[in-house]
Amino acid sequence: MISESLRETYGEELAILGEGHKNLVVLDADLSSSTKTSIFGKKFPDRFFNMGISEQSMVTAAAGLALSGKKVFASTFAVFLMRTYEQMRQSVCYNNLDVNFVVTHAGITVGEDGATHQIVEDVGIMSGLPNMKVIVPADSYEARSVIDYLVESGTGPNYVRLSREKFPLLYDDNYSFHPGVSSTLRDGSDITIIGMGVMVSFALKAAEILKQKGIGVRVINMSSIKPIDKKAIIKAANETGRIVTVEEHSIYNGLGSRVAEVISENHPVHLKRLGMMDTFGKSGKSWELFDYFHMGVDDIVKVSEECFRKETYYENIS
Amino acid sequence: MEAYDVVDLKRISNVIRRKVIEMVYSAKSGHPGGSLSAADILTVLYFKEMNIDPLHPDDPDRDRFIMSKGHASPGLYATLSVRGFFPESFLSGFRKLNSKLEGHVHRGVPGVEVSTGSLGQGLGVGVGMALAGKLDQRSYRVFVLVGDGEIEEGNIWESIMAANKYHLNNLIAILDRNRIQLDGFTRDIMPLNNIPDMIASFGWNVIEIDGHDHNQIISAIEEAKESLEKPTFVVANTVKGKGVSYMENNPKYHGSPPASEEEYRLAISELSGGE
Ligand SMILES: Cc1ncc(C[n+]2csc(CCOP(=O)(O)OP(=O)(O)O)c2C)c(N)n1
Repeated sequence: MISESLRETYGEELAILGEGHKNLVVLDADLSSSTKTSIFGKKFPDRFFNMGISEQSMVTAAAGLALSGKKVFASTFAVFLMRTYEQMRQSVCYNNLDVNFVVTHAGITVGEDGATHQIVEDVGIMSGLPNMKVIVPADSYEARSVIDYLVESGTGPNYVRLSREKFPLLYDDNYSFHPGVSSTLRDGSDITIIGMGVMVSFALKAAEILKQKGIGVRVINMSSIKPIDKKAIIKAANETGRIVTVEEHSIYNGLGSRVAEVISENHPVHLKRLGMMDTFGKSGKSWELFDYFHMGVDDIVKVSEECFRKETYYENIS
Repeated sequence: MEAYDVVDLKRISNVIRRKVIEMVYSAKSGHPGGSLSAADILTVLYFKEMNIDPLHPDDPDRDRFIMSKGHASPGLYATLSVRGFFPESFLSGFRKLNSKLEGHVHRGVPGVEVSTGSLGQGLGVGVGMALAGKLDQRSYRVFVLVGDGEIEEGNIWESIMAANKYHLNNLIAILDRNRIQLDGFTRDIMPLNNIPDMIASFGWNVIEIDGHDHNQIISAIEEAKESLEKPTFVVANTVKGKGVSYMENNPKYHGSPPASEEEYRLAISELSGGE
């Protein structure tokens, strides 16, 4: 499978879109060489602001720029944006401004930098903010389409979660992102795996193995976490009766929790959530960390089989 | 502990620098630049000025050290191991799975007081420890190493205000003034015209030194220890990547290990000079 960098795509796409969109401005906080906003910065130095290691200043300035008619993109590592939660809440979301937070290095695919940098809580934190939309692209085609959408027709506030590592390609140039709409990458009638980010390609591999075991798997890429694609979730619950969620995020307040909310209010079925089990990350190579935290392809297969074979809806709690 | 003279300290600084290079080369990642710039400061603190005992890392009266710029973990880990807090063999596990040596400074490592890695927070943690020292009437001191990019964080200046308010003369901050941050030179990313004056205007004692001159580091710390009322900021002028010719003053080596076997060998040989 060919892999491509989502952040590289982000920087390049911004630099392309900057030509036609003169009101596009980009901010960073001394990580532009890593988030790749530096590509835009080199091309449009007048519309690029490196605010230094001052994330709170970056976010409040983003609000001021948006209030003055600019379309704003602000980037840093996901973990460091979180220290501005209250600035995002007060100055950006409450004012409902066109600010797009595109963060990189989220999740455990940060690898060697370790636990301090591997944020697995951000989707939950951001989803709780009124007006904020939350998007997690699964490959670089989707990342490009998301950026195009945000610049051309979207309005902020948005939170877009990108990674350090390259992710396997799932789509092609025909793909186009729409908020609140998921995409089904594979159909099956026994169980549905709903994934987010790189876990979608893991889910596809797991589905192949499960097929050999006689289990037909539907795989859904839920890149729009907020608004979430309720219809697709209820349909999957109805048609496959069992759902597994997989995410490079805590099982609390992320994709699994959102799916649980939708099915328990509308169509309760067996659900298993796979992700970080209320724990911090660890230094190591990105891909070996998935096995370490029991989130690898084999783990998805195991959990899906368990979910498929489960007979009663309730755990035996006696 | 045996008393080290300046010749010994210089030798130890070079040992630490070599270990920094070995660690980031073996890990194929990590932050050499800001570890090398801080090596002489770390040496003086751990081998001369701080009241610490590797056999009693929990002694309530020990001096505390906080590496506020937590990406300089190779520098701190190397120093702690040479000082005897843990076996030097641990260093080869740096940034690898099944090792205690997390990529950024981690509290699970013997001798480490607090986990860091998100910039701007360590000085405030130091304020808390210094407040506790006063409350408990203990004589320990709290040393905090801060980066010159790091002081762009508002949190740093909030902590500077608090230390002044509570007259924390038991708090000694050291600025690793190497003039480079991640995206480039500090003067380009966020110019600060006169850092010593800025800090002094917040009510601190400020001492400016050459951060690679062991004698100057020693006298600055000695002077800080005499402060009756004020917290002290030692502004140490340093060179990022100090000791490795191709890393010196080169922003590329903020977060990149030697790029090849040749670079690695060159670094080790330059750091072995005079021995
Ligand atoms: C809050 C926060 N924002 C951004 C980063 C990413 N980062 C790591 S090191 C660094 C530059 C630090 O520069 P400086 O403080 O001067 O350290 P030194 O040059 O001594 O290594 C940045 C921006 C971070 N670790 N924490």
